[in-house]
Amino acid sequence: MTMIEFVDVHKSFGPKRVLRGFDLKIEKGETFVIIGQSGIGKTVALRHVAGLLNPDSGAVLVEGVRVNGATPATMRKLRERMGVLFQSGALINWMTVAENVALPLSEHRRFPKREIERLVDEKLNLLELGDAKLKTPSEISGGMKKRVALARVLMSNPDIILYDEPTTGLDPVMSMVISDLIRQMQRDFNVTSLVVTHDMKSAFYVGDRIGMLYGGELVQVGSPEEIMNTENPVVRQFINGELEGPIRAQ
Amino acid sequence: MSGGANGAGRRLIGLFDLIGSRLMEFFDQAGYTILLLVRALYYLKDAPPKAREIFTQMYFAGVKTLVVCSLVGVFTGMILALQTGIELQNFGMQYQIGHLIIASMTREMGPFMAAIILTASVGSAMAAEIGTMKVYDEIDALEMMSISPVKFLVMPRVVALATMMPVVSVYIIVLACLGGAVVANSILNVSFNVYIKHLYKGIHFKPIYVGLLKAFVFGLIISGVSCAYGLRATSGELGVGHATRSSVVASFLMVLIIGYFITAIFYG
Repeated sequence: MTMIEFVDVHKSFGPKRVLRGFDLKIEKGETFVIIGQSGIGKTVALRHVAGLLNPDSGAVLVEGVRVNGATPATMRKLRERMGVLFQSGALINWMTVAENVALPLSEHRRFPKREIERLVDEKLNLLELGDAKLKTPSEISGGMKKRVALARVLMSNPDIILYDEPTTGLDPVMSMVISDLIRQMQRDFNVTSLVVTHDMKSAFYVGDRIGMLYGGELVQVGSPEEIMNTENPVVRQFINGELEGPIRAQ
Repeated sequence: MSGGANGAGRRLIGLFDLIGSRLMEFFDQAGYTILLLVRALYYLKDAPPKAREIFTQMYFAGVKTLVVCSLVGVFTGMILALQTGIELQNFGMQYQIGHLIIASMTREMGPFMAAIILTASVGSAMAAEIGTMKVYDEIDALEMMSISPVKFLVMPRVVALATMMPVVSVYIIVLACLGGAVVANSILNVSFNVYIKHLYKGIHFKPIYVGLLKAFVFGLIISGVSCAYGLRATSGELGVGHATRSSVVASFLMVLIIGYFITAIFYG
């Protein structure tokens, strides 16, 4: 069953054409990784799924429901089933870790306070963050921020999680911890994931399929093994970090 | 000849183009700010659960600005007393100084001084804080959780500033009267009794309620403009700086313009 679908999506910012006929289908429970250079449009593609950007033309569908042009009520329903792990974590700075994690439920007052506290403890313990409960985001490390943000995403039990550069700025061990968590989400909760990253180690570890974005479209889509053994010069240059090749520094 | 005329024509078109785009920008921002304020007022129904955030913002607007408000209040009163008192002394009417200070402070200076202080200290902080949240995806994160940024961020700030602005204005007026009393007594040789007697004479209901209304409207303007610029910040830290600067300039201008119209409506 297709969970996320891009159909001939075009998106430009002024004269810069970022997506040019972007097509992609992501199946339920699959982890799809978009790789590509910085500033090539990976995050732009991801934001279309969340409805944070609208395409100039084409369609973005989540479980067959068109995201672009959705009514506020439809968008609210779609977003209830979706979570985004932003690159910066996007935690609210004046709130404690526990308050941040509780936010999706406490703001809507759907659950009693005690039930929210129980769920917060559950998610924080799952991500080994119990000790940081009363700290503010400025008092914790970058890796912990990402885990707190993930705990917040998990509070609404999403079917889809969108990860925007989840390992950027982290040390190799913490990158692996986050990559392992992404795998765990898929294994334990059958979450459909879209990951955008240029961290190749993480991409090969978490991805069921990987697609390389270049020139506004996916130039190759395949399993990690296929990408690793690719003959495509663009993909080969990118994954091996070679200076010579068709990709020029932007 | 023809080339010169063409060049002048192109420059003229360029000038109109520039004026047109600036006007469009202004109306776009003004419209966005008005809609934002309307939406914030709509979310007033959700104010009770946001009491903690509202009180925090009131604390920033009131308590945190206490020192600067005190200094501005006292020195405004002292300057007013000195400048006008010396002129009044020429006519032997320096005993009227209390009347003059309370009239000018309640009608115009009190709310205006409060607006200047709170724009510079609180409004700029609001624009910078919300702008930073915008560029670091925190606003998008709220939207992904179906939490309205207007309800979560804007409404508490609008309520807090619209409530605190009249309080700060009254505080500045009181301190200006005290500052004026010191100058009146020490430099103009007006006794405290005479000063207070004439100050009481200058207290009228209309200037007080118009002054408080002005302060309330200034609170709405400053919070609305600051939040609007913050929410529309783009391009990283540079964008936050630009949003902060623009919010302060726009708030000052709007306070002056709207202040004039309120004066014209009630006294014109």
